[in-house]
Amino acid sequence: MIPQNRKSKTTTATGESNGEKYVLRLYVTGATSRSRRAILNINAICGEHLEGKYNLEIVDILQNPALAREAQIVAAPTLIKLLPLPLRRIIGDLSDTERVLAGLDLKSEPRV
Amino acid sequence: MSAHRLKLFPKNGIRKCLTGIDGLDQISEGGLPEGRATLVCGPAGCGKTVLAMEFLVRGATEFNEPGVFIAFEETGEELSQNAASMGIDLPGLCARKKLAVDHVRVDRSEIAECGDYDLAGLFVRLEAAIKAIGAKRVVLDTVSSLFSGLANVNILRAELRRLFSWLKSKGITAVITAEKGEGKLTREGIEEYVADCVILLDHRVENQTSIRLLRVIKYRGSVHGTNEYPFLIGSNGLSVLPLSSLRLDHKAPTQRIPTGVPRLDTMLGGKGFYRGSSILVSGGAGTGKSSLAAHFVKAACQRGERALYMSSERSTDEVMRNMRSIGIDLEPFVKRGLLHLCALRPGTFSLETHLLTVHNLIKTFNPKVMVVDPITNFVSLGTHAEVGSMVTRLIDMIKSRQITGMFTSFTSADSLPDFSEVGVSSQMDTWLLLRNLESNAERNRGLYVLKSRGMAHSNQIRTFVLTDTGIRLLDVYVGPSGLLTGSARMTQEAKEQAEATEREQRLKHKGSELKQKRQQLEARIASMRSEYEFEEKSLLTDVHEMEMRGKQIALGRVEMSRARKADRIRGNGRGPA
Repeated sequence: MIPQNRKSKTTTATGESNGEKYVLRLYVTGATSRSRRAILNINAICGEHLEGKYNLEIVDILQNPALAREAQIVAAPTLIKLLPLPLRRIIGDLSDTERVLAGLDLKSEPRV
Repeated sequence: MSAHRLKLFPKNGIRKCLTGIDGLDQISEGGLPEGRATLVCGPAGCGKTVLAMEFLVRGATEFNEPGVFIAFEETGEELSQNAASMGIDLPGLCARKKLAVDHVRVDRSEIAECGDYDLAGLFVRLEAAIKAIGAKRVVLDTVSSLFSGLANVNILRAELRRLFSWLKSKGITAVITAEKGEGKLTREGIEEYVADCVILLDHRVENQTSIRLLRVIKYRGSVHGTNEYPFLIGSNGLSVLPLSSLRLDHKAPTQRIPTGVPRLDTMLGGKGFYRGSSILVSGGAGTGKSSLAAHFVKAACQRGERALYMSSERSTDEVMRNMRSIGIDLEPFVKRGLLHLCALRPGTFSLETHLLTVHNLIKTFNPKVMVVDPITNFVSLGTHAEVGSMVTRLIDMIKSRQITGMFTSFTSADSLPDFSEVGVSSQMDTWLLLRNLESNAERNRGLYVLKSRGMAHSNQIRTFVLTDTGIRLLDVYVGPSGLLTGSARMTQEAKEQAEATEREQRLKHKGSELKQKRQQLEARIASMRSEYEFEEKSLLTDVHEMEMRGKQIALGRVEMSRARKADRIRGNGRGPA
């Protein structure tokens, strides 16, 4: 039901960055419209800003409640940036690209 | 215990879920609303988590209802440590699937919000935990953390509302804790949608001692106690007081138990106190209150009953030493585990803490009789009303367990006792009064029964003597000038003795006098008789002589006629042979 596979989707780095890899995990709840939106959004953002240097895993917590507990998930969807440190959590459907980028430490905090 | 309580609180109207917490089930008339959410609110450190934890643990251990603890503030380890301080083995309960603990961490510093979200993560985790152990109870402690961790209040409110109705649909009895807000029950206004039952906890400092208070603010579809009830958190968990004061339904045993002083038993209808009754022993300094209490305790231990002796002014060692001086050795009973002596210093804790201590002691030691010596020492700890209410609750507690309680009370003046200062005399079944009786430059002790409900009792004052073999009650001597005690009594007795001896001697004397008189009279009778006999004899002699003379005259006449040759005379005139 989730378009993306449970396996990590890795794009080999070809870019100009120093090769630092982003390890991201998106926790969603089944195929709700909110889940779908979040997945579409993160794919777009990663494709645009982290081409070739990210590793995104999508987890359905309805299927794996234990993973939700393990990762301290409260809200859904939740995107966790495991690497590079510090660990960050972004909750919501990730519709605001600026905020997501800020949350991933790719850009400074957007003006309010 | 649970069955007993269920009987006490019939479930009419809404179904209730027993918490197992001392007192709370009584105040709420049977527990929290079953299958619904109860909000427990209050300021930081007021005991919300303890209440919630106990609700779960008791549910799991006493009512076989497993529970899930969702901790927003403490980690599993912290909770385990805290629970261990109350004697709860949290990891063990978790291992036996009685309990599940999930620490939900919401750290605002690492969370950014971007767009629409829900709390599905929390739902999923809660559901998984409920499924894993078949939970019937859930605690969310405290939901206020969610509000400090997440910014979108609108989403939070909507999600919490959804969460509570979801729990309700699952038939789960939930306890949700929340921080108290300014002018509101909770900072976030959660009470608006968790509305079936709201319990407010508070923490106050009065007279330099802290008091915890619990109040059931609202309980839909149920009667409940509306007062602020003091509660305590002790090593046995949470206890709400009054422990059972909502109802007056103690059993009244008719069994009688000796007082330990045989002659006092006699004064109390010959049989002593009723089991489960409360006895007040009041008197001034040195009137022998503690000694009487020691006799009572000793008698109980000799019957093989457990006794609890609480001293509020002397150490246990002092009590033992003092009692040894009147021939009561309590040590063997202590060694055999029949007697528990404990010293409470009134100033150290608040009244409530003392009451809890006593309560826990009673619960663990399970005595048949108990003594508080003296109870008046607690007066300094609160207002008269508070002390009165403490004593009420204490009496209530021991009566419900059919423990016979003796309370000594120090009355400063020897004038007529006025115990209204503590206001408990009316709750006592038997009131023994010890008085100093001053007369003839000495002090003596007197004892009388001021009242003793439900039995005939003596109205006499007895002299109360402390000897090295214990208390002796002596007969009263009521002289022309009133009751005599001490040496006056002895003088009186000696006087009586002397009078008696004199009387006896006089009697003896009178006896011999009588005898003498009798002898005298008898002697006189004898002499008179001999006189009479003498007279009789002489009279008889006279009579004889006169007869003889008569005969001779007659004879002479015959002789004469014969000589004169006269006619034969009639009669027996015979001629000579």
